[in-house]
Amino acid sequence: MTTPAAASVRWRLRQPSVIPGFGLTLGFSLAYLTLIILIPLAGLVWRSASLSGSEFLAILADARTLNALKVSFGTAFLAALINVVFGVIVAWVIVRYEFPGRRIVDAVVDLPFALPTAVAGIALAALYAPNGWVGQVLNVFGIKAAFNPTGIVIALVFIGLPFVVRTVQPIMEEIDREVEEAAATLGANRFQTVYRVLLPGLAPAILTGFALAFARGVGEYGSVIFIAGNIPYVSEIAPLLIVIRLEEFNYGAATAIATIMLALSFAMLLAINLIQAWSRRRYGHGA
Amino acid sequence: MSVFAKRLGAIALGVGLVFSGVSGAVAQTALLNVSYDPTRELYKDYNEAFAKHWKAETGEDVTIQQSHGGSGKQARAVIDGLEADVVTLALESDINAIADKTGKIAKDWRTRLPNNSAPYTSTIVFLVRKGNPKGIHNWGDLVKGDVQIVTPNPKTSGGARWNYLAAWAWANQEFGGDQDKIKAYIAELYKRAPVLDTGARGSLTTFAQRQIGDVLLAWENEAYLAGAEFGADSFDIVAPPISILAEPPVAVVDGNVDAKGTRKQAEAYLEYLYSEEGQNIAAKHFYRPSKREVVKPELLQQLPEIKLVTIDDPIFGGWAKAQPEHFGDGGVFDQIYKPGN
Repeated sequence: MTTPAAASVRWRLRQPSVIPGFGLTLGFSLAYLTLIILIPLAGLVWRSASLSGSEFLAILADARTLNALKVSFGTAFLAALINVVFGVIVAWVIVRYEFPGRRIVDAVVDLPFALPTAVAGIALAALYAPNGWVGQVLNVFGIKAAFNPTGIVIALVFIGLPFVVRTVQPIMEEIDREVEEAAATLGANRFQTVYRVLLPGLAPAILTGFALAFARGVGEYGSVIFIAGNIPYVSEIAPLLIVIRLEEFNYGAATAIATIMLALSFAMLLAINLIQAWSRRRYGHGA
Repeated sequence: MSVFAKRLGAIALGVGLVFSGVSGAVAQTALLNVSYDPTRELYKDYNEAFAKHWKAETGEDVTIQQSHGGSGKQARAVIDGLEADVVTLALESDINAIADKTGKIAKDWRTRLPNNSAPYTSTIVFLVRKGNPKGIHNWGDLVKGDVQIVTPNPKTSGGARWNYLAAWAWANQEFGGDQDKIKAYIAELYKRAPVLDTGARGSLTTFAQRQIGDVLLAWENEAYLAGAEFGADSFDIVAPPISILAEPPVAVVDGNVDAKGTRKQAEAYLEYLYSEEGQNIAAKHFYRPSKREVVKPELLQQLPEIKLVTIDDPIFGGWAKAQPEHFGDGGVFDQIYKPGN
C-alpha cells in the first residue's frame, strides 16, 4: 500500500489502480505462484542439496554435462531465432492480408501446442529420416537433417512457432495503417518503414515470443529424443542426460543437472526481460 | 526443466488417479503387475488364463491391472510409491534397486521361486534386412565393412544392456579374455550406431520404418514380433552361435501385498507362471520357457539352440558387479564416447 509518505521513496509500489483490493490480490497472486511454481522448484533445489558442493561442481564441470547443456541451449537458441524471423512473417500475413483459408492457417499455427510431443517427434523423424519425404530430397544435396543436432533444431522450431506468432499477433493488430501511410508521405521507403516504424513497436512482443520459444526448447524432451540420435557428446540433450541419471538411480546428479538448467534458464529469461524493459523505455509503450 | 517437473507431476497424478480405484476395491481382489515394455502381449494372455485358473481353484474373482514402461522407469515408480503387488521387470538390478531403496522386497527374493525367479528367459538375436545382404552371421560380422548397427541406449534400456553383454560374451571368447581387445571391439560396435533410441521399441521403429542400419540387436521375442508386425518378408532373424541368457525376473512386493492383504493371490500369480499353462503361454510369445519338459514340442522348435552365457558367469560376476562396472556413471560404456577414444 502506498501512502503519501512513501511516495517520496524512489523505490515504491506502483500507483494502485482506482479499483480497490490491491493488497488482497497481490497476496493471492504471491500465494498462488508460491504454491504452483516456487514450492516444486524449491523441492528440486532442496533435493540436489543432498550433494556436497564439490560433488555438485564435479557434475557441472563434467564434459558430458557441459556438452549436453551446450546442445540443449544452443539448439533452443537457434530454433528460437529461426522462429522469431518466420513467426513474425506468419503473424504479419495472418493479420494484414485477407485470403481464402486465412482462418484455417490461423488455427493450424496452434497445432504444435496441442499435439503430444512424442507424436511430433515421430512424425518429424519419419519426414526427415534419410528415407522420409523431405529427408530423401535433402540427401541428394548431402544434408542430413535427422539423428544429429540439425534434427533437434527442426523439432524445436516446430514446437516453438506458436509462441512467437501468438505473442506478436495481438500487437500487430493494434498498429494503425495510418502510421505506415504517414511514414510513406514523409519519404520513407518500405524497408525504412518496417525497420524504423513497425519493428520498434513490436520489439517487446518479439522478445517475449523469443523468450517463450527458447525456454520451451530448452526443456523439451518428448519430440527431440525421436529425431536427435542421442549420441553422447554430439546430440545428447540435457533433459535426456537427466533421464539417464535417473535410470542409474542417481537422483542427486539428476536434480543437480536440472538445477543448473533452471539457473541458466532463469538468468537468460531475466536478461531478456531487462532488454525488454530497456526497449520499452526507449520506444515508449510498445506492449 | 519445466517439462521434466511437469512430467513428474503428471505421472504422479496419473498413477494416483488410475490406482486410487485399485487400492479402494476390497470386494474383489485386484492385483497390480508392474512390468516392462515387451511383455504386453504375454501378460495380456496370461492374466486371462490366471483369472480363470484362480476362479476354478478358489471360487474367487481376481482382476489383474497391468502397467508397462521402460524397466528402470517402472522400478522408480514402485520406489516412489506405486502400489505394485508383483513386479516383472527386465533386469535383476531393477528389482534389487526396489529392495535396497524401499525394503519392500525381501533381500533373498531371487531364491524364492525356481530358476532364480525367472519363469521365462530370452536372449539377444540379430534382425537383418531380407536375404541378409551384408552376410551377418556372428558378432564379428557386425564390425566389418560399412555395417551400421541399431541398438537402444544401454543407459536407458534394459534390453540394450543385454545387447551389450551378449557382444561382450562373444568378444571374451574370441579374444581369449584380452580386456583391451574386448573394449576396442565394443567401442567399434557402438561407433557404428548412428542412433541410440531410449527403448527397444524405439529402436525397432528406427530400423524397420526409418530404414536406418543393416542390423538390429533385439530381444528374441521382439524380433519375432517384428516379423508379425511388419511382415516376415522384410527381415530375416539371425541367431548368433553365442549370446547371453537374459533372465527377466519376477518378485512379489512384500511391503505392498501385506498392506493390501493380497499376498496369497500375488504368490499364486507368480507361481502359476511355472505351470504347464504358464510356460506354454510364455513359449507362444517367443520367450524361452524355464521348464522345457512341460511345453509343446512345436513351440520349442521355433527357438533355435544358442550357446548362452549367463550374467553370473565369472566374466561378468553377476549384476551387482556388472551394472556399476559397465553401465554406471563413468563405467565402460561411458568411456566409449569420451572424446579422444
